[in-house]
Amino acid sequence: MIGRVEEVNSRPVPVPSADTQPFWDGCAREQLLLQRCNTCRTVWHPPSPLCPSCFSTDFEWMPASGKGTVYTYSVVHHPFRRVWEPLVPYVLAVIELAEGPHMLSNLVETAPEAVHIGMGVAVTFQPVSETISLPLFRPAAEMLP
Amino acid sequence: MSSIRGQYAIVGVGESDVGKRGSRPGVTVLDLELEAGARAIEDSGLRKEEVDGVIARGPQSNFSAILAGCLGLPPRHYITDVGLSGSASATMILNAVAALNAGFCTAVLCTNGSVGGDEGGGGGGDGAPDGGHGGWLRDLSSPFGQIGAPGGYALLARRHMHEYGTTSEQFGAIAVACRKHASLNPNAAYRTPITLEDHQSSRMIADPFRLLDCCPSTVAAGAVIITSAERARDLPNKPVYILGLGHCNTHSDGQYAPNMTTVAMRDASQRAYEMADLGPKDVDFANIYDCFTYAALVTLEDYGFCEKGEGGGFVEGGRIELGGELPVNTGGGLLSHAHASGFLHITESATQLRGAAGERQVAEAKVGIVSGQCGTLGVNACLLLGNEPA
Repeated sequence: MIGRVEEVNSRPVPVPSADTQPFWDGCAREQLLLQRCNTCRTVWHPPSPLCPSCFSTDFEWMPASGKGTVYTYSVVHHPFRRVWEPLVPYVLAVIELAEGPHMLSNLVETAPEAVHIGMGVAVTFQPVSETISLPLFRPAAEMLP
Repeated sequence: MSSIRGQYAIVGVGESDVGKRGSRPGVTVLDLELEAGARAIEDSGLRKEEVDGVIARGPQSNFSAILAGCLGLPPRHYITDVGLSGSASATMILNAVAALNAGFCTAVLCTNGSVGGDEGGGGGGDGAPDGGHGGWLRDLSSPFGQIGAPGGYALLARRHMHEYGTTSEQFGAIAVACRKHASLNPNAAYRTPITLEDHQSSRMIADPFRLLDCCPSTVAAGAVIITSAERARDLPNKPVYILGLGHCNTHSDGQYAPNMTTVAMRDASQRAYEMADLGPKDVDFANIYDCFTYAALVTLEDYGFCEKGEGGGFVEGGRIELGGELPVNTGGGLLSHAHASGFLHITESATQLRGAAGERQVAEAKVGIVSGQCGTLGVNACLLLGNEPA
């Protein structure tokens, strides 16, 4: 449903939970981390406390390459909330990471009309508070390995 | 499972008066569901003392009990809230049949409604600040500007366009058909016909969705009464038999869909067709959850009315309009009738199968299919309804 533009004055900032604290700590250091199962080697995202393949809780946070391709995207024109008014149009995108998992993010440093499915992208970090940086993606000439 | 086919029937149908958001100042979800629920009970010919099951959805937990108390129903023997947003309405029918078949109760009121998006929370009172999941889903979506439903569905629609060449004009054909049908429905919120040009010139919301690809905020509720087919035969209305039921969940949210273009609808419909011993060719009309035009398009594919990827061509040329090969969203759908979390797809289907749809009646309507959907195409409840028990 398209409703009124809500009067919300600040962009939402993630509040890390026990399950996501390592992910956000990594972003603050400009490092994109993914969980990898030490039992079956599955790599997953979004963060969760157990391996979605084998239920193992023995996993590590591995640095991802930060590279991927655009799996799909939407150029958002309607701000939905006041805080987004100066930011529209912005590009919402699902990135297929080189390691396999999909990640929702924004595409930056590109004109919205230049975005296309399959384009190569690389992670870039945007601080939004003293402790939180968002992992965003920009065009990258270098395609997937 | 086939033993359930035709054993239960919708015997009472009620819709609240519907309108655009704000058209009934101060009205609550409870008000609307009471209005629809009372009408459904009166329509059924049952005394309210005979309604001993209630399934509802509202913005707080225990909503069904509050609703039942306000209706002065007798002690209930099956009561539950369903919190699956857009899938809740059709899921209520599955739950009602399960409860009746288990012998928990003998006649069930199902109702769901919406006042246009301000009611907050899902049906189950699940308004915990962290969503009950530590906030990871919210924190991996809203900081990136995925707010509300359009962005998520737009991501899936864009992928379908990429894989199959589907076009915005084809999405528009769905919006035009729904509005045409709503223009013939006296209880629809948006009745002024639109053209494809109107669709194409409406402002962009979340590319590829224009304003007229998105269902508007409305004030509406629907309700039905379900009981055994045996009991239905003694009641005044022509029974609307439940022939097939199917449920499927494939992903938690759109961006995590393992396959963005073949979604929960396929397996849900296959299970419903198997139970009903029917196929897509047996279906005379389809009332398909259409929070966005694309949701209806991909559901028509996954429900087997055309091949995967051919939904765009299928919806063109009037095929889904009244008088066409498969009338879709005969009351106007979420796009033009009203949202009501999809419940009006059920009341409309029952009305068609009673032959009581007036100007918008589908000729010789014998079998209709209903889709309820949520989770950005990750949850689907599919109903096959008919005017004969088998």
